[in-house]
Amino acid sequence: MASTDYERRPTVDTETPDLAERLKRLWETAPGLYGWLATVDHKEIGLRYIITAFVFLILGGIEALVFRLQLSWSNLHILTPEQYDQLFTVHGMTMIFLYAGPVLSGFSNYLWPMLLGARDMALPRLNALSYWIYLFAGIVLYSGFAVGFGPNVGWFNYVPLAARAYNDGPNIDVYALGMVLLGISTTVGSINFIVTFLRMRCPGMSINRVPILVWGTVTASAANIFAIPAVSLAFLLLWMDRNVGTHFFDATAGGSAMLWQHLFWMFGHPWVYAIVLPAMGMVSDGLPVFCRRPLVGYSVVALATVATMVLGFGVWVHHMFATGLPGVSLSFFSAASIIIALPSAVGVFAWLATIWTGRPVFTTAFLFFASFILLFTIGGVSGYMTGSVPVDWQLTDTYFVVAHLHYVLIGINVFPVVGAAYFWFPKFFGRLMDERLGRWNFWTMFAGFNIGFFPMHISGLLGMPRRIYTYGDGMGWNWVNLITTIGSFLFAVGVLLFVWNVVKSLRNGAAAGENPWDAPTLEWATSSPPPPYNFAVIPTVASRHPLWEDRLGRADPQRSVVGHGLVLAQGREALGTTPLDAEPNVILKMPADTLVPVCLALAMTVLTGGLILVNWLVATLGIVLIAIAIGAWLWPSATLGETAEVSRDG
Amino acid sequence: MAERLQQHLPVGAMDTRASGWWAMIFTVFTEASLFVYLLFSYYYLAVQPHASGTFPEGGPPPIGIASLNTAILLLSSVAVGWAQLGIEHNKKWRLVIGLGIGALLGSIFLAIQWFEWGDRPFGLSSTPYSSLYFVITGFHMAHVVVGVLILLALTWWSKLGYFNSRRFAHIHIGALYWHFVDAVWIAVFFTFYITPLLGLKA
Amino acid sequence: MPVVWLTWGVLLISVAVIVIIAGLLGAAIWRRPGMPVVAGEKMALLPDEGGLRWLWLGVGLSTAVLLISVIWTVKVLADIQSPASRPGVIIEVTGRQWWWQVRYLSADGRGFYTANEIHIPVGEIVRLKLLGGDVIHSFWVPQLAGKMDAIPGQINETWIEASRPGTYQGQCTEYCGAEHSKMLFQVVAQPRAEFRAWWKRQLSSPSVPASVAANGEKSFVENCGGCHSVRGTEAAGSLGPDLSHLMQRRTLASGILPNEPSMLAKWIADPQGLKPGNLMPAVKLSQTERAGITAYLLALN
Repeated sequence: MASTDYERRPTVDTETPDLAERLKRLWETAPGLYGWLATVDHKEIGLRYIITAFVFLILGGIEALVFRLQLSWSNLHILTPEQYDQLFTVHGMTMIFLYAGPVLSGFSNYLWPMLLGARDMALPRLNALSYWIYLFAGIVLYSGFAVGFGPNVGWFNYVPLAARAYNDGPNIDVYALGMVLLGISTTVGSINFIVTFLRMRCPGMSINRVPILVWGTVTASAANIFAIPAVSLAFLLLWMDRNVGTHFFDATAGGSAMLWQHLFWMFGHPWVYAIVLPAMGMVSDGLPVFCRRPLVGYSVVALATVATMVLGFGVWVHHMFATGLPGVSLSFFSAASIIIALPSAVGVFAWLATIWTGRPVFTTAFLFFASFILLFTIGGVSGYMTGSVPVDWQLTDTYFVVAHLHYVLIGINVFPVVGAAYFWFPKFFGRLMDERLGRWNFWTMFAGFNIGFFPMHISGLLGMPRRIYTYGDGMGWNWVNLITTIGSFLFAVGVLLFVWNVVKSLRNGAAAGENPWDAPTLEWATSSPPPPYNFAVIPTVASRHPLWEDRLGRADPQRSVVGHGLVLAQGREALGTTPLDAEPNVILKMPADTLVPVCLALAMTVLTGGLILVNWLVATLGIVLIAIAIGAWLWPSATLGETAEVSRDG
Repeated sequence: MAERLQQHLPVGAMDTRASGWWAMIFTVFTEASLFVYLLFSYYYLAVQPHASGTFPEGGPPPIGIASLNTAILLLSSVAVGWAQLGIEHNKKWRLVIGLGIGALLGSIFLAIQWFEWGDRPFGLSSTPYSSLYFVITGFHMAHVVVGVLILLALTWWSKLGYFNSRRFAHIHIGALYWHFVDAVWIAVFFTFYITPLLGLKA
Repeated sequence: MPVVWLTWGVLLISVAVIVIIAGLLGAAIWRRPGMPVVAGEKMALLPDEGGLRWLWLGVGLSTAVLLISVIWTVKVLADIQSPASRPGVIIEVTGRQWWWQVRYLSADGRGFYTANEIHIPVGEIVRLKLLGGDVIHSFWVPQLAGKMDAIPGQINETWIEASRPGTYQGQCTEYCGAEHSKMLFQVVAQPRAEFRAWWKRQLSSPSVPASVAANGEKSFVENCGGCHSVRGTEAAGSLGPDLSHLMQRRTLASGILPNEPSMLAKWIADPQGLKPGNLMPAVKLSQTERAGITAYLLALN
């Protein structure tokens, strides 16, 4: 077989069935168990992320329904305090870490290469690794809970309550080390998105032409790179305080309980923007399709996305307003927390203007995208209110904040995600979801959500604190809580309707063609479902809306070209382009299926397990396995074009 | 109708066009952030009230041996840089020797620091300062260990003839990590050894 | 109070924003008839123009509102950071799992401990020093002030002032473990004269009738004195609340039970049943011991 040339002049041609067949054999995943474990196909990995995330969503939802029963009236004894404490902690951990981030990674993983006109993500093996670590970390985190040792002092895990002195079992050790493992998944996933964004955009796709979903995900990924080490470090320091006798957080020994809060929230605040900005991007891309016109203010929306994230690094203290910090500090963070509403406002007005100047197409996806604007606004203003320190001193740690966080998380993550599912399901599976069932799904979720969570603003204003397992008869909170519980069950029914629609449509949904919604971006130029190689020849784009160019009456004669372009078929190949202007500058050799990522993920899990069990033998074994797996991964490979060509060097 | 692209495009992992290079840049960013938060913890705890002489515990740490060690680490970066320039001009032996010297100097750094650790008048769980000292220098040492392993692997692969002036992405990627580890040491050294002399102490 | 005005202000702004956006959303959706969906067919497109000036208008208005909110917030914060006049009383409150230790300090060094019920003089500034006794707790009496955390390793100061006499409910508002839900307290505001009388009484040892003391004091000191304290006796424990003038309080067990004899008996018999996980064990007592201790406590006025 010919070794890899150092360089060549690639062919430019039109797509043919022969070429398609050749590429299919090059790119498709191997069959059977081997293929399932070894795949590096971003579409398969993306779907796994989405499905796994939804499993966690349902688990987290069940946890919530159980403790909502306990809270539906005063002085109930359905749960003991210990059970309640584990349920509310695991609910928070599940939703924020095991559902909200991963589901967006899943959609982004599946869609990005197609949105960008590329064959795959920049680092396919790293992609597989990030999924496997996520799955194993989720299992580790739940393993404690499954045997009654779940984390039990809130997802935010404040010290000293999380320290050994007040929490002696393995609960917190499982949480801490499981979270460090999960952080590795998120970090490598983020690196992958950033590199893909900089290097894999097809020719002509300058950065002002990428879909807003891409802006949202790359912004979140950049933030994660800088933010995740804070929480990983916090958990590691806590593990050390608990197990090897250090004194970072122990106030009685000269350490600081506040240090935990700073490290945690320096991560925690950027994280909550990371779990909504990609979802906002999905709305920015999907809503215009159902308004039959491009998004109003693309450039400002892209800038606002980045601005939100940057400002998001400067507000973490608003989670700590009641901790006794000096006034000057409080003023600064209060001002920043109020001003951060501004880039969000940009988005809201852009979406409103798009609907206003467009013409709605009333699909289920549209309903979710449009209602999101209202829920975002409600969540946003309750955040604005708590951003003001004197007001926050009354509202913090009450159900008002619980209302706020659910409006922003369910309103800005779950609703867009379900809308995105209705939007892209035909692309993933070649079938349409049932629109009539979709309407039932939407209205049940919308009604249930608002009935469940709007009253929490009221219980908060009535003084009901957070994280209590019960409350007295005379507090006046009974009816509000009962309504909330009923609403949350209705919301759960809505979620079940969604799951049913997915299952039903997979079996006998109406066939969807390439582009059932007549949408403008590149993924709709592939078959449904797309072939493993995405594009037989590399597309060239000339605008943000390649498939709408002719009908939008562009003055510019340049047109995007999809079926004719660079033929890269000497093995698994993809095109690398320059970061700003997307000019071709390298032909990348892409990896084939390999078991190394799953093995490395397992090795990392072995190390984590060893540390949790404080078994140094197992931990050392883990380290050795990690070293071997990394060595195998990085071994220079001729197929990947990483080594000198023997035949040319003599 | 088939035609060929006007320009030649390099194929494979070509210098800084390799995806791995970009991945290492962002890995460096995230690891650098880790050290920012570690040093933030030091400075945050440093400004809390402490009994006299407990922060740093036993007074400012001896700067002599640490300065020598710093020089050794910086020298190892010079050796690796020399190796990188070598392979760009296809000087394969220079590559092997430079990387090997880098790995050796890195190992000496580790040995000296291990000796320094044994010489400290406090243990891990003595005070918050002692916790910070061992944990932060420990995190750095762990990064150096990984770096030395990388340099050893690169040395071996170089000796096996894998790289030439057209293909040496692995070298750049590994060297970037090594230079980063050295740069972090400057920040750690400044924090522990210089700031107490500038007045940041109890 | 300036905080009340600010709260109403941001609340009304918020409601206005929701109403306006909801209105715009509704109008935007329904101003033109919807386009029928025919999956797979090309549908008409509208031109890529217009809408931008509404975006700038909306953002411009939002900026103005947000800037005003920032200025107003900073002003109110500066106003309430330090009270208008010097505090008349200084009280040290320590959050403990799951009760409130209260210590009154006076200029002459004579102070006293009590628990869970804080008395203050009406119309005067009261400075509170909050300490974290074990884990982080948070002190909140909604009708009088915002929250302030009690954090181990630091002393947080806040101040309250009641303009009217009455009993004000409070609750711990930082998750602190199993019985966080049942860590309530009260602030009782009294006219100055009554407050002074209460203070004087608290300073003194309780006067217990000799017969009651004969039966109960010894049992109390033996069984309860390791954790509880009563002025003038050998009971000097500091793990649990001071009980010197227990019968002066309106509630028991940190605000969760009314202070009635039957409740007191229930509490002593089964603290874990009423507040599972709390740090008071169910001490094994004989009938006579229990009767004696209960009678003794009922006499601590």
